[in-house]
Amino acid sequence: MTASELWNIVLMQGFAGLSLFSVLLLMGLGLAIIFGQMGVINMAHGEFMTIGAYTIFLISSLVETYAPGLMPYYFLIAIGVAFVLAFGAGWLAEWALIRHLYKRPLDTLLATWGLSLGMQQTFRSIFGAKEVSPTLPEWLMGSWSPAEGLDIPINGMFVMALTLLVTGGVFLMLYRSRWGLRVRATVANRTMANAIGINTRKTDRMTFAIGCGIAGVAGAAFTTIGSTGPTSGSLYIVDAFLVVTFGGAASLFGTVASAFGIAQAQSITEFFLNGSMAKVITLLAIVTILMIRPQGLFALKVRR
Amino acid sequence: MTKLRHWLGTSDLAGIALLALLVFVVMPLSTDIFRLNLIGKYLTYAFVAVGLVMLWGYGGILSLGQGVFFGLGGYCMAMFLKLEASDPISTKIQSTPGIPDFMDWNQITALPTWWEPFRHLPFAILALLVIPTLLAFIVGFAMFKRRVGGVYFAIITQAVALILTVLIIGQQGYTGGVNGMTDLKTMLGWDIRTDSARYILYFVNAILLFAAIFACRAIQKSKLGTLMLAMRDKEDRVRFSGYDVANFKVFVFCLAAMLCGIGGAMFSLQVGFMSPSFVGIVPSIEMVIFAAVGGRMSLVGAVFGTLLVNFGKTYFSESFPQLWLFLMAALFIGVVMAFPNGLAGLFEDYVKPWLLRTRAKQPDVPPAEPVVEETTRSVASRTGDSVEPLPAPTAGRLGPAVA
Repeated sequence: MTASELWNIVLMQGFAGLSLFSVLLLMGLGLAIIFGQMGVINMAHGEFMTIGAYTIFLISSLVETYAPGLMPYYFLIAIGVAFVLAFGAGWLAEWALIRHLYKRPLDTLLATWGLSLGMQQTFRSIFGAKEVSPTLPEWLMGSWSPAEGLDIPINGMFVMALTLLVTGGVFLMLYRSRWGLRVRATVANRTMANAIGINTRKTDRMTFAIGCGIAGVAGAAFTTIGSTGPTSGSLYIVDAFLVVTFGGAASLFGTVASAFGIAQAQSITEFFLNGSMAKVITLLAIVTILMIRPQGLFALKVRR
Repeated sequence: MTKLRHWLGTSDLAGIALLALLVFVVMPLSTDIFRLNLIGKYLTYAFVAVGLVMLWGYGGILSLGQGVFFGLGGYCMAMFLKLEASDPISTKIQSTPGIPDFMDWNQITALPTWWEPFRHLPFAILALLVIPTLLAFIVGFAMFKRRVGGVYFAIITQAVALILTVLIIGQQGYTGGVNGMTDLKTMLGWDIRTDSARYILYFVNAILLFAAIFACRAIQKSKLGTLMLAMRDKEDRVRFSGYDVANFKVFVFCLAAMLCGIGGAMFSLQVGFMSPSFVGIVPSIEMVIFAAVGGRMSLVGAVFGTLLVNFGKTYFSESFPQLWLFLMAALFIGVVMAFPNGLAGLFEDYVKPWLLRTRAKQPDVPPAEPVVEETTRSVASRTGDSVEPLPAPTAGRLGPAVA
């Protein structure tokens, strides 16, 4: 094996890690808002992602049948639609379910698990039990090879770019907008926030809906990587929770850092061991670290 | 009798008697052995539900990884049965006779050393009790000593469930992978697949379950039970009174884990196989709903809840597979939103006052229980003494002087 081949392996391995990082981060971002900021355990988070994924599938089939000329452009619009649909579903779920249970976090967990079961069966009834994948536009396929023997898949880069965009957006919204100010005030001290005239109920609903919307975008992005089935959301849920918890629940920066750490750890162990053992070792490491440091990597310094 | 009545509380006695009648008399007489075996399978889940009543209802700790302990217990038993089923004579067509078939399929030529001790039944029984408890102790000790609780604990236990599932499926050669351990035939030469064996196993299971219920009841009635309730409602106060809260939590988590282990072992014996589909996150959360439907505060209620949900599951997934998940969803949401105390809560809230009212027509019996503060009322109904409303958990009640 020559040095350049070795270098290519390192590069591609690094890219695989980065790609996993963006997937984990995209999954975790919505949850970081819902769980990290609001403290709501949304077990249906994966299903909101599936909403986004099915939206892409639906729009791609519609465009393919009725307006094949638009195929190259539909994807970006569809991501917007995915956000809106998941946002709406989240709004509804908050109104119907979550708002009654803010004081009982463990019960929220069970109720949202029920919600996720219902949503899965709904998907199955509408789209069938088989996994589907949308027809992707040409420009998302193939790979980019800047040098001999080096292949970087374009869909991976797309997901990465989207993650960057969404993460930037969430940071901006949370730290530079009125909504973000209200959310942070509500998180820090609900009673006080209420007293100074912040409508915390409205803030809660908006926050939950935005978190779900971001989940929808994540689901939409994942259609470029894999196919979508009625239960594919449940595959992500534990990973997403671990990313957020490991990072330190209330810290958005922690979520980014932990997604990076977990992704790198997993892709490096995957290089040496088979997939399932790599997963076991990564998860074990996370759980052990969480047992030693339960507040996560970046704990918010607040008095409790 | 009066002593027993006092010890159990009247409504509990009625519940236990009804359950005993149902499990020991009505069901064996009214159903064939196939259905009875199915009920026996449900009753193994009831161990988990009873454990969850102690852990979740009394301890206030929700674990979403009870399937882990159920699975560990089940696998310990299954490993013993599997070794007995794969003696060199009946496995002589394999390339390596004398080892379990799945090992042979995965090109493993010798029995791994950690499998060796499972040739002996006493070791297997010890292991199915100790391994789940030990794991619960490690996880619980690490978490509760650092005062991690509630939601975080639920997430960690879920991660543990995921780890074990991935591990079992990944290490196919040692664990049987997705299919699990199948074709379990005999225990010490006794064929567990015959009808008579199934009858015996059913009754053994039922007796063990009642023993578990009585043991948990004893704990609830003891000072420890009161402390657990107090800890659930006002953890800090208990801590300030000088108790190490973490120890109680570790204890109740270990207790629940051990019950799960027993349930899992009985499952392997009665159903004749064990697979990772009883270990993962989905079955673990389903087991929580058994306890929730029955009533998270009532041991007997949890058993009824387990039976009810599983009958529903069997019936609906046979007749209307589409509807079952919707029904399950409605069950989760409905129980949480409308009936947080499950079936037992409904009994306490509606049937019992009604019974009391009917009795109140006789002049000397006091009318329906007075309306008391929420926490107090729940404490009272939990201990089953609706006549004697306890004060909110206070230091006086908890102090060592009472004991």
